Amino acid sequence: MATDAPTSGVGGPSAESVFGPPRRRIGEKLIAVALFCAAATSVVITIGIVVSLTGETLTFFADQAVSVSGFLTGGQWTPLFSDPQFGIRPLVQGTLIITGIALIVAIPLGIGTAAFLSEYASPRVRKAVKPTLELLAGVPTVVFGYFALTFFTPTVLNSILGLDVSVFNGLAGGIIVGVLIVPTIASVAEDAMSAVPQSLREGAYGLGASRRQVTVRVVVPAALSGITAGIVLGASRAVGETMVVLIAAGQLPTTSLDPRNPMETMTAFIGATGKGDVPTGSTGYKAIFAVGFALFLITLILNTISIRFVRRYRQVYE
Amino acid sequence: MLKKLISIFAVGALAAGIIACGSSSDSGSGTGTASGPVAIDGSSTVYPFAQAAAEGFQSENPDAKVTVGESGTGGGFEKFCAGETDISDASREIDSKEEVPVCKKNGVSYAQVQVANDGIAIVTNPDLKITCLKTDQLNQLWKKGSTVTDYNQLGSGTPAGKVSLYGPGTDSGTFDFFTEEINGEKGNTRTDYQPSEDDNVLVQGVEGDKTALGYFGYSYYESNADKLNLAAVDAGSGCVKPSVETIQNGTYKPLSRALYMYVNTASLADKPQVKAFIDYAVDNAEATAKTAQIVPLTAAQLSTAKSDLAKDEAN
Amino acid sequence: MTTAAPEASDVLGDAPSSHRLRDRSFVLLLAALTSVALIVLAVLLIDTGIDGIPQISISFLANFPSAFPAKAGIQSAITGTLWLMGVVTFVIVPLGVASALYLEEYADGTRWWNRIIEVNIQNLAAVPSIVYGILGLAYIVRGPLSLGRTVLAGGLTLSLVVLPVVIITGREAIRAVPPSIREGALALGATRWQAIWRQILPASIPGIATGVILSISRAIGETAPLILVGAATFVAFNPTGLDSPFTALPLQIFSWISQPNDQFRLLAAAAIIVLLVILIVLNAVAIRLRNRYQQRW
Repeated sequence: MATDAPTSGVGGPSAESVFGPPRRRIGEKLIAVALFCAAATSVVITIGIVVSLTGETLTFFADQAVSVSGFLTGGQWTPLFSDPQFGIRPLVQGTLIITGIALIVAIPLGIGTAAFLSEYASPRVRKAVKPTLELLAGVPTVVFGYFALTFFTPTVLNSILGLDVSVFNGLAGGIIVGVLIVPTIASVAEDAMSAVPQSLREGAYGLGASRRQVTVRVVVPAALSGITAGIVLGASRAVGETMVVLIAAGQLPTTSLDPRNPMETMTAFIGATGKGDVPTGSTGYKAIFAVGFALFLITLILNTISIRFVRRYRQVYE
Repeated sequence: MLKKLISIFAVGALAAGIIACGSSSDSGSGTGTASGPVAIDGSSTVYPFAQAAAEGFQSENPDAKVTVGESGTGGGFEKFCAGETDISDASREIDSKEEVPVCKKNGVSYAQVQVANDGIAIVTNPDLKITCLKTDQLNQLWKKGSTVTDYNQLGSGTPAGKVSLYGPGTDSGTFDFFTEEINGEKGNTRTDYQPSEDDNVLVQGVEGDKTALGYFGYSYYESNADKLNLAAVDAGSGCVKPSVETIQNGTYKPLSRALYMYVNTASLADKPQVKAFIDYAVDNAEATAKTAQIVPLTAAQLSTAKSDLAKDEAN
Repeated sequence: MTTAAPEASDVLGDAPSSHRLRDRSFVLLLAALTSVALIVLAVLLIDTGIDGIPQISISFLANFPSAFPAKAGIQSAITGTLWLMGVVTFVIVPLGVASALYLEEYADGTRWWNRIIEVNIQNLAAVPSIVYGILGLAYIVRGPLSLGRTVLAGGLTLSLVVLPVVIITGREAIRAVPPSIREGALALGATRWQAIWRQILPASIPGIATGVILSISRAIGETAPLILVGAATFVAFNPTGLDSPFTALPLQIFSWISQPNDQFRLLAAAAIIVLLVILIVLNAVAIRLRNRYQQRW
């Protein structure tokens, strides 16, 4: 049968035997278009998120006669009661306190782990520790919530540390979220530290520095962009974390700064209200969108910052 | 390679399918013929009753698929009047001003069936020793704009303790009933308490917070009596603690109430499994209530319920 | 004559003599910090195990949820999770692989629309999962798709959560195939698609499969989106089809945790153990796949 496909000469396989009969040009074009459409769905999804969140948020502001400044600065969040108040400050405060506590826990643990793995650990130790960190990262957050409520609060905070916290409290939520984000910070920071060229270390050793000095004064400063990227990424994850705070931190929007009391984060509000099946167009429904929009913006900003830092440290060394 | 992976996934999917198909025929040994979905949603106070009824019904009718949600009485009615559920659990009557018109507009007509009784229990943490509260003390504590920050501000021997309150959220029939009876107006309440539609979360909260006080359905107290302190309520004729007797004979005032299931009459007519379910629930109301640790109907209420239901079904 | 070159002490701090102790304690500090996270993990597993393992029995796995802790089980949760994962797989494999192929093989990196797609996917990967839950509630359960609280709606919502991860790992797998394979194929006269279909895709399947399995194991543990999109809290039957209400392991765990009755807490722990076992098995399969079929170029 005559074909258009060239053969590769005597004895070798023909292109046709390896690749099948040649396709027509138009088939190729269709495939390219189909693949482009698949990739473009990601854009469609993002547009969907932005449009739906923005749209309902605007409706929220219009219908509830809430001003943007009242929403952002008001200190009372009681959207579902008969005289509803729409100040998001208690929710944002709750999110910030939990994220703050989480970072206080996770930054030393994360950077310490990263430094240990990158500068000190032998290959055998690394082989044991890294998968365990990945295991920690893979545990579903509902499990952490369970742990916070049933073990951490009663046993660690109340019995061992004697702190007298309430059953739902922000401290347990914050600390457990902190443990949750350690793998995030550790892996990005370790990546950045490993990327520091060996020549910098050797230069310092050559000048008589000990390993500690090399780590603290050479590697960490050199990897600072990456470490910052990891911290910002961890913060973004802490802000978006829902299950741990929903189960263990309580549902009381409050402007009190005491983490031993219950508080409510933005994510917990969305989870608790959405659980009850709010009808479309009701106040609860719109409030979910408004808070969801604020949440989306905050994490988007944090992620963009993180990506910038990653790009910066990658650029320096590659 | 590709073939190998495809076959692994195929085997996995097949296995899942076999488990799913095989097991659905094992779910219960009943011989009942009711089959198909029954969608129930609404009050979390009625929820234990609905769940127990669903379980009993499904073990007799393995092909029935009953789902029970707890969006709160208000949330339940919104779905019910939109035609999304067959049965709405309610811890208060349907609101003639706000909910009945919506049902009418959407052409949803219903039958009201009383399935049990309930009292709202005033509950505190065992460390907070409050034994009795007058209704005006409750009003002082819970009313809108209340400035009470310590229990001893309520007077007449109440102990000291920082006020930390737990109660149902605004979709809850318990919330509507309590605010109407105690504060005189539905929805009239202070807002600085921990609200939750899920009574279980409230129990957990009161249990774990040393100066906590909360209110929720009596059955939730009953199931957790060893971890909570029950306060009596004085409506003017002495302190009365809620119990099956005081709730049934009405001496636990003013916080005794009826629990209802509202059934969509169109579902009654068109879906035999819905009719079979509500018949089962009413016929077994006493046993189901006992299982759910809910205050059952009195004998008189039970026979009224049965005859009313028969009447509605005949229409 | 003083030299211009810096001394070690100028660059690195104080004199070397006090350093032994500091160096030692520094290592100990780092090791301690590293072990905190691991210790917490161990305590979590042990505590949950102590509570949960005694509850696991054949009847626990085969029973449906019940008002009685003694009779309650996770059969509907397990089958619900399996159904959800089926939907997720069917969605993310074609969509994710197609997107990854486009970005790696067809997209011209200098075009602005391709750069937007790339940045987009990175951002989507970091959006909190509950935001996808809101999207799912608004557009999939209600709104244009109006699927109701069904398996299909839950599966689609979870797919949204993990799709970016599949695309990113898929790209890495495809990128790992050396250009020489591609160029050799094209040199022999293959069209671009033939080269992909016959050479590149088969070579990158292990990497793609690993990414898919890891994404599924992430989707299995996701609770927040299912809370918004998912079913009633009491579902005591296995899903009957894509249009059936459902429950899932994380949902059931969450529901049991919220019960004050301690018996249900123990059941939650048991369900957690089952969930963790499933995840460990999945991850082990993924790692084994990666190791065994990883081609050395």
